[in-house]
Amino acid sequence: MNAPSLELIGFSKRFGGLAALDEVSVKIVPGAFHALLGENGAGKSTLVKCAMGYYAADAGEILLNGRQVVINHPKQAHELGLGMVYQHFTLVPNMTVLENFVLSRKHLPSVIDWTVERQRLKDFFDTTPFTVPLDLPVADLAAGQKQKAEILRQLYLKRTLLILDEPTSVLTPDEADEVLSTLKQMTRELVLTIVTITHKFREVNAFCDTVTVLRRGKLVGTRPVSELDNDTMAEMMVGRRETRATVEREQRAAGKTVLQIEGLSVANTVGQLAVDVLSLDIHAGEIVGVAGVSGNGQRELVETLAGQRHAEAGVMKVHGERYTATRPEMIRHRIACLPEEPLRNACVAEMSVAENMALRSFDQAPASPDGVRLRRAPMRDVARRLIEAYRVKTPGPDAPIKALSGGNVQRAVLARELSSEGDLLIVANPCFGLDFAAVAEIRARIVQARNRGAAVLLVSEDLDEILQLSDRIVVMFDGKLALQTQAAQADVGAIGRAMAGH
Amino acid sequence: MENGGLGLWGVPLAMLAGAIRVSTPFIFVSVGECLTERSGRINLGLEGTLVMGAMSAYAIALTTGSPWLGVLVAACVGLLLGALHAGICQLPRVNDIATGIGLMLLATGLAFFLGKPYIQPKAPNLGAIELGWWSGIPQVRQALQVNYLFVVGIVSAFALAWALKNTRWGLIVRLAGESVDAALAMGVPVGRVRLIATAIGGAFAGVGGAFLSLYYPGSWNEGLSSGQGLMAVALVIFARWDPIRCLWASLLFGAAGAISPALQSVGITEGYYLFSAAPYVLTLGLMIATCSPERALRGAPGELGAVR
Repeated sequence: MNAPSLELIGFSKRFGGLAALDEVSVKIVPGAFHALLGENGAGKSTLVKCAMGYYAADAGEILLNGRQVVINHPKQAHELGLGMVYQHFTLVPNMTVLENFVLSRKHLPSVIDWTVERQRLKDFFDTTPFTVPLDLPVADLAAGQKQKAEILRQLYLKRTLLILDEPTSVLTPDEADEVLSTLKQMTRELVLTIVTITHKFREVNAFCDTVTVLRRGKLVGTRPVSELDNDTMAEMMVGRRETRATVEREQRAAGKTVLQIEGLSVANTVGQLAVDVLSLDIHAGEIVGVAGVSGNGQRELVETLAGQRHAEAGVMKVHGERYTATRPEMIRHRIACLPEEPLRNACVAEMSVAENMALRSFDQAPASPDGVRLRRAPMRDVARRLIEAYRVKTPGPDAPIKALSGGNVQRAVLARELSSEGDLLIVANPCFGLDFAAVAEIRARIVQARNRGAAVLLVSEDLDEILQLSDRIVVMFDGKLALQTQAAQADVGAIGRAMAGH
Repeated sequence: MENGGLGLWGVPLAMLAGAIRVSTPFIFVSVGECLTERSGRINLGLEGTLVMGAMSAYAIALTTGSPWLGVLVAACVGLLLGALHAGICQLPRVNDIATGIGLMLLATGLAFFLGKPYIQPKAPNLGAIELGWWSGIPQVRQALQVNYLFVVGIVSAFALAWALKNTRWGLIVRLAGESVDAALAMGVPVGRVRLIATAIGGAFAGVGGAFLSLYYPGSWNEGLSSGQGLMAVALVIFARWDPIRCLWASLLFGAAGAISPALQSVGITEGYYLFSAAPYVLTLGLMIATCSPERALRGAPGELGAVR
């Protein structure tokens, strides 16, 4: 009977020029299973991190059980009984579950009596709805068990208000149901109050009682789940949008097929299937926008196309020939790629702008007349031309590329990739973190490439960008294509639902 | 041939003797390094610490006549060198590996410089326990001469294994080595924990050096260690950061090192140098057999080798 209430009043937070949170207020009643819904960058994580003391909010106050509290540090939040469970795991992988739990306790005896500790934890596990093996190293637990252990540890530390940050993104639907339904039971018994950040309507409908929707740092509204249907939620989440904006595009029919992906399966870093038997064709003169919440396999798809990750199964074909993302194939088929975080994924940070711009062509004439010697002068000439044409702001072609701003690194990589007039352009989150002018320019370049007949695969977490640029839109959810539609007939509501798994 | 009475039995017996004698410095250095690495720091300078410990122990034993005082001073010298390494590593933008190599060269150079006057004189040696009293065969009696430090080494390996698992201090050391984020979140002063763990690791290496100069081979000269300290650091990786396995690995290494002289003693002289390489071939073979390109080494402390 100790589930607290929590009220966040007037929270604002700016990161540089960007208002991540703008006067957001939420009230969470005792025993609530409260969902925070919104797209990437809507401000959900920022809000809860301010509440937990990870960020200092620019404005805002917190009422816990109606009393004003000050939380400047996560420790203070923990002492008030607030706990957070993250998408990623925080347990120490090389220690057993038992050791992890005991270590996180406040007062440790100098010699630990493991029989007593084990018994104490076993007794505690008798009161919890699910358990995990005590003596396995956390590294050996499956993702679902790890997430359960994270939640159990919060309960073990007697936290009464849990904030879950996309807790089920690493779980299978069955595991998610098991974890969430037991938590639901505990909120019913008023043992716990839960705030959960999610994108999945299914979970909101099945487990949550109240939904707060954020969009671009602003509060859209807080409503009981019973009053909402999926269409309304999707509309609250993505808003009403103009589907066409200013980029000039030629009317042109899609040409012949350039990229064929057939039954592609790719594993992520921890070995789970991130791309799950995906098939997709892209034609010349067409931009195919891949929408979706991040973490649904987009990154792995792009990495496979760029040659950074190997496929578990399936075939990729370019111009009808099998494509395995080797350098000769990329040169022959004229494939260009602008991955996300280009400084990390497409550049050598310590090398100069000119050298980075030559990464695709340094072993061919004129930079290398015989494939052995390198000639700096032609490399610099090409770089100067590209810097001029793409208006890259740099002290000169010999400056290290890491000294450039994000937008200029993006421009430099785009210049390199588009200078070869590629047949296939793969672009991932090209405008992430860029200012207005840079965004418009980079989008225009992408459309230009399409207009001259390149096939473009555009992966973006920004739905506006997808709607603005694409000829055809697909939605990726859980490694599969959840929806395919022509952009002209796109129904934003349907896209929003597909992004949330409906 | 003096081993004629034993025949080929002389080979396993000599290997046993080698395991007992040669392994002791390996045990000390690897157990100490094990502690240091579990706290998330690598000390490659232990080779230098070993040599410095050997020199200072020999010098003190020679001047005071007490070998045990020498061991104590060697431990203190090791403690200081370890603390120096840890102190330097705590400065911003300092790399463990580079500092370790620097300190290794510094300490060996210093030991050679300060140890010049002690190369000729004969210092009193550490005593040994005669475990072979029941046997009439002199070779067996000789093989079963066990130095006290060997026993101390074995005990400390088990003690460290117990402490890492069962004490608050041990858990905190491991936490500092596994995850700085988690440690800081629990209010653990990571820097101080590593300082202490590195200093103690250095003290262990110093004692290992004292064994070299005061028992086996039992004299001070510049070629005394010949890389044993570095090898012991590699043993820790091979032992997957477990003190008990460090002990077994050291014994195995000692035994493998004794193959060549043992074979020679029974008259097999062909390929002497080839058999001398047995420990290294063994290490390489085991490393290759137990490594996997797919996943990181199991048991490796999470913060180890993290480039900052």
